[in-house]
Amino acid sequence: MNLELRGVRKVHHGRGGAVTALENIDLRVGSGEFVCLVGPSGCGKTTLLNLLAGLESPSEGEVYADDKIVCGPDPSRVLIFQEAALFPWLTVQANVEFGLKMNGASPQTAECQAERLLRIAHLDQFSRAWVHELSGGMKQRLALARALAVEPAVLLMDEPFGALDAITRDLLHRELQELWMKTGKTVVFVTHNVREAVVLGDRVLVMSPRPGRLVAEHCVDLPRPRQIEDVGTVNLARRILADLHLKEEAHVLRASR
Amino acid sequence: MSSVPAAKVGALRRLRNSPGARRLFFFVVLLALWEGLFRLRLWPEYLFPAPSEVVTTLARGFVDRTFPIGVLGSVRRLIEGYALALFIGISLGLLMGQLRWLKETLGLLVLGLQTLPSICWLPLAILWFGLNERAILFVVVMGAMLSIAQATEDGVRNTPPLYLRAARNLGAHGWRLYVSVILPAALPSIVVGMKLGWSFAWRSLMAGELLYALPGLGNLLMMGRELNDMSQVVAVMVVIIALGLLTDRLIFSALENRIRERWGLLQQ
Repeated sequence: MNLELRGVRKVHHGRGGAVTALENIDLRVGSGEFVCLVGPSGCGKTTLLNLLAGLESPSEGEVYADDKIVCGPDPSRVLIFQEAALFPWLTVQANVEFGLKMNGASPQTAECQAERLLRIAHLDQFSRAWVHELSGGMKQRLALARALAVEPAVLLMDEPFGALDAITRDLLHRELQELWMKTGKTVVFVTHNVREAVVLGDRVLVMSPRPGRLVAEHCVDLPRPRQIEDVGTVNLARRILADLHLKEEAHVLRASR
Repeated sequence: MSSVPAAKVGALRRLRNSPGARRLFFFVVLLALWEGLFRLRLWPEYLFPAPSEVVTTLARGFVDRTFPIGVLGSVRRLIEGYALALFIGISLGLLMGQLRWLKETLGLLVLGLQTLPSICWLPLAILWFGLNERAILFVVVMGAMLSIAQATEDGVRNTPPLYLRAARNLGAHGWRLYVSVILPAALPSIVVGMKLGWSFAWRSLMAGELLYALPGLGNLLMMGRELNDMSQVVAVMVVIIALGLLTDRLIFSALENRIRERWGLLQQ
């Protein structure tokens, strides 16, 4: 499934008045592509994912999925949240079954599917556990398994590994890459960690803060699976980071003028 | 050689640290104080009974079945009223949590009525239903229902938006979203309301029974007063306290603990 944002602008109306979160966003993500969005916090990355998921609607412009206008959430485009957003009143297995049951699967099918996904996520020993009994890395794996259960064509990931330790994160990077190479899903992955973006993405898009704009694009032509300490990864990340700082300085200069 | 006294000290310390032993000690001391006060004969016996006398009255009450009959009568009324209050309160709370206009209108009324001690409904209930069980039932329902509705509405309204977004994203909508996300997310709050409602129902019922003669614990209390039998008054009060403690421990605390355990809120 391909995704497209055309001339998108998003204004949030809060207590402090109107804040333009995104401006002039034109973006096309091809089917099966892995795109990473990087930028400082508050640059509208999460808003952009919410628009793609259909959980928010743009103030101007349109959002397309497979060339059809997005007008609400749909299990074909699943968002994975920073905080995992698992349901504490359900067991690990019931969390995975949740989406299946919501989409009309029979209890047997749901159970069967969930068991399969929990095996893939290395959580099959914990199927009867409660969510709070899992570690941070296991929670994110469970969130991924829950999302995969509804067989989405698109995974939208919002800094899912931001709160994890380096070892767990590296492990999940490898697993996510393997999963992507096997299934060919379209992935839009948001992070503030440039190296993470280079490890995972086919393309890395750089965003500027307030209002969020796409300011640079870098293609990543490194062989997969990549690792965070590979020379190529490190070099490219350094170049992107320099670019990011340059853009930020320009932004500060512009703002101070 | 020193291992024997060490073991003894250990056992003593364990005993001192066990909540059961501490409770037992506390109540034994309390009873002893009571008995001591009684022996000082500061007040006439019919105003200040000995603990032993209260125990005898309790035993007699259970043997001649006046207490069990009273307990059954009160508990039956309580369960009827509480069940009705639960049904109406939770439905009302769910509706108020979902419909903003209902919260703005009916919500205010519920809040206002909640400040009214429920026994104040009795005159109205007697005029409406006459001097009978239904009047008491009405008072019990009015006492319990409002706090249940309030807590349910609170729980629904405070469903973390993150859960809702995650659920909608996975394809949940309409009544399914309600039943499988909003309701369970509101459950901890609903249980708090249920507990509160139960104690309100219990209080309303006792107040109602005191004012109106029906076979029940309130009536047994009043009978004690009329017979100048303080030991019966105290014995019935003990029964009422025991019932309250028992339901709290067996039903509500157990329910709350289960939820805490599930949600990972239990303190280790």
